[in-house]
Amino acid sequence: MQPFSDFTGIVCPLDRSNVDTDAIIPKQFLKSIQRTGFGPNLFDEWRYLDLGEPGRDNSGRPLNPEFVLNDPRYAGASILLTRSNFGCGSSREHAPWALADYGFKVILAESFADIFFNNCFGNGILPVVLDGPVIDRLFAQATGPQALRIHVDLQGQTLTLGNGEVIPFDVHPYRKHCLLLGLDEIGQTLQHADAITAYEERRRREAPWLFG
Amino acid sequence: MAAATLYDKLWDAHVVRYEGDTALLYIDRQLIHEVTSPQAFEGLRLHGRRPRRPEANLAVPDHNVPTTLRSAGIKDPVARLQVETLFRNCAEFGITLFGMDDPRQGIVHVIGPEEGFTLPGITMVCGDSHTSTHGAFGALAFGIGTSEVEHVLATQCLVQRKSKSMLISVDGDLGAGVTAKDVVLAIIGVIGTAGGTGHVIEFGGEAIRSLSMEGRMTVCNMAIEAGARAGLIGVDEKTVEYVRGRPLAPAGERFEQAAAYWRTLTSDPGAVFDREVHLDAAAIKPQVTWGTSPEMVVPVDGRVPDPDQIQDPVKADGVRRALAYMGLKPGMPIGEIRPDKVFIGSCTNSRIEDLRAAAEVVKGRKVADSIKLAMVVPGSGPVKQQAESEGLDLIFREAGFEWREPGCSMCLAMNADRLGPGERCASTSNRNFEGRQGHGGRTHLVSPAMAAAAAVAGHFVDVRDL
Repeated sequence: MQPFSDFTGIVCPLDRSNVDTDAIIPKQFLKSIQRTGFGPNLFDEWRYLDLGEPGRDNSGRPLNPEFVLNDPRYAGASILLTRSNFGCGSSREHAPWALADYGFKVILAESFADIFFNNCFGNGILPVVLDGPVIDRLFAQATGPQALRIHVDLQGQTLTLGNGEVIPFDVHPYRKHCLLLGLDEIGQTLQHADAITAYEERRRREAPWLFG
Repeated sequence: MAAATLYDKLWDAHVVRYEGDTALLYIDRQLIHEVTSPQAFEGLRLHGRRPRRPEANLAVPDHNVPTTLRSAGIKDPVARLQVETLFRNCAEFGITLFGMDDPRQGIVHVIGPEEGFTLPGITMVCGDSHTSTHGAFGALAFGIGTSEVEHVLATQCLVQRKSKSMLISVDGDLGAGVTAKDVVLAIIGVIGTAGGTGHVIEFGGEAIRSLSMEGRMTVCNMAIEAGARAGLIGVDEKTVEYVRGRPLAPAGERFEQAAAYWRTLTSDPGAVFDREVHLDAAAIKPQVTWGTSPEMVVPVDGRVPDPDQIQDPVKADGVRRALAYMGLKPGMPIGEIRPDKVFIGSCTNSRIEDLRAAAEVVKGRKVADSIKLAMVVPGSGPVKQQAESEGLDLIFREAGFEWREPGCSMCLAMNADRLGPGERCASTSNRNFEGRQGHGGRTHLVSPAMAAAAAVAGHFVDVRDL
């Protein structure tokens, strides 16, 4: 995984609550055995006017002009702004894969579904929970004639708006550490192989029926 | 020692080590299917890693499999490649697999308990959100992403922080004709789809205790639809007896030794939960969802809401959008909604008890002429076989239902079973999201008995009035 660095990005406002993972990446694209290539089908059913299929060239498909991702103001957006319970539904990691493949690095929401939230970090996406009034304010700014740009500083845990306003945010120290260094979490866990073995030996005595 | 919740007990028994508030949690069992595993196995290969305990995993194709004649194979080449990739990966990494023709094949969350792979007191994961199903056994079971599937394969552990605890107590007795599905839909209607976020929900109260293991699985299955990390139900004699004699469960003395431990897996009297919610069982009626989120649910004698009566503008807008998608008028009675298709199946409601309940309604009746397709998809080979031995398949067929092979089918429409644009379905599955059952499809979530009643009546109807 690439280390997560400071950046300034355009904010794309998706003004909905309960955006589910079926909406983020519809089921027909889950047949892929790859981790990449999902970006063109991110929000497929909202983004295009026709039905997307895996393997199809997306460049000539009719775009839905009403959908925010197709608004020229938000071209190249890397920060997604949304409402509450983002990423609810299925556990499909194809959802963060599609968001990352499209170019989103940060998602700002009032709340996230648990599994989706966990899935983000392993894919270099930073999900940030902000209070409702802050989210409301960001929506007001992001939907103006000029796109909103935000500078994201993970080390300092701040979002800096174009007008100089600084919004602090919380992130778990372990998640932050892994994101900043681009660490392989499996490699981290394998450093504790001795502790895992010791646990298994104890467990084998206490619950032998779990060991064949 | 302080009184502990069931969640505390399960959590404490599986902590390998702590670093601050973050635990390395040991995972006893993993279920694997074709959709969320290929990239995990590929990750193992890229890093030269092997599964730590291949025997702790059980794999089965379910999402992509056809529910029509199996011998014809999978027509869709992309889906076929994914299923074949699962077969290759399991062979390469030494993981037990039930193939497409195996009589034990079925939906992961049906076969886990059926085979005795799911046991009380374990931690269990699967790259599938409905893994919460297995919490019905007093097991800590939750869905994970593909990176975590790989993590568990390689290390048998996950990095986790403890969730908050919530008790949902359904007090008193359920009325006749009110099922586990109605209970869980009613719960989601009360707490909302984000009501359980950050929590593990334990379901308790007389109404939950009175449910069969199948019913308990239905309730825990949809804990994820309430946003919870996992659902849990304490162990009792029903749990122990369900597990006894299952092919992969411990046997003989080992079973008795295990059962003695399992019986300790309940919340202690006086245990404190971060949040408690109480529902009156007697007040729960058969439920029907009208919108595009499981929390958009009302009793069958209710009406579709009117967004103009809702104060919160974000919420009103959500209702307006849902009604437009669903093609419904504000304020219309649920009983006037007419499905085009009926689907009885999914990891929520495809077990033998579900099929019996639906068959009882269907028996001696015919599917209404206005219904274009009514289908029953049993959850597994053994469920199908059991149903056939009871003659349920004949009841369904005589009424005009199609009787299919096991799999996830029209719950998420990854295979050929799906709704067309604008088609409306009475479905026993778990999600009514936009496009879930097919592009433009409209889903109404109901119990098996209510789906059967809608099939014969041609519109939603209170199954208790039939």
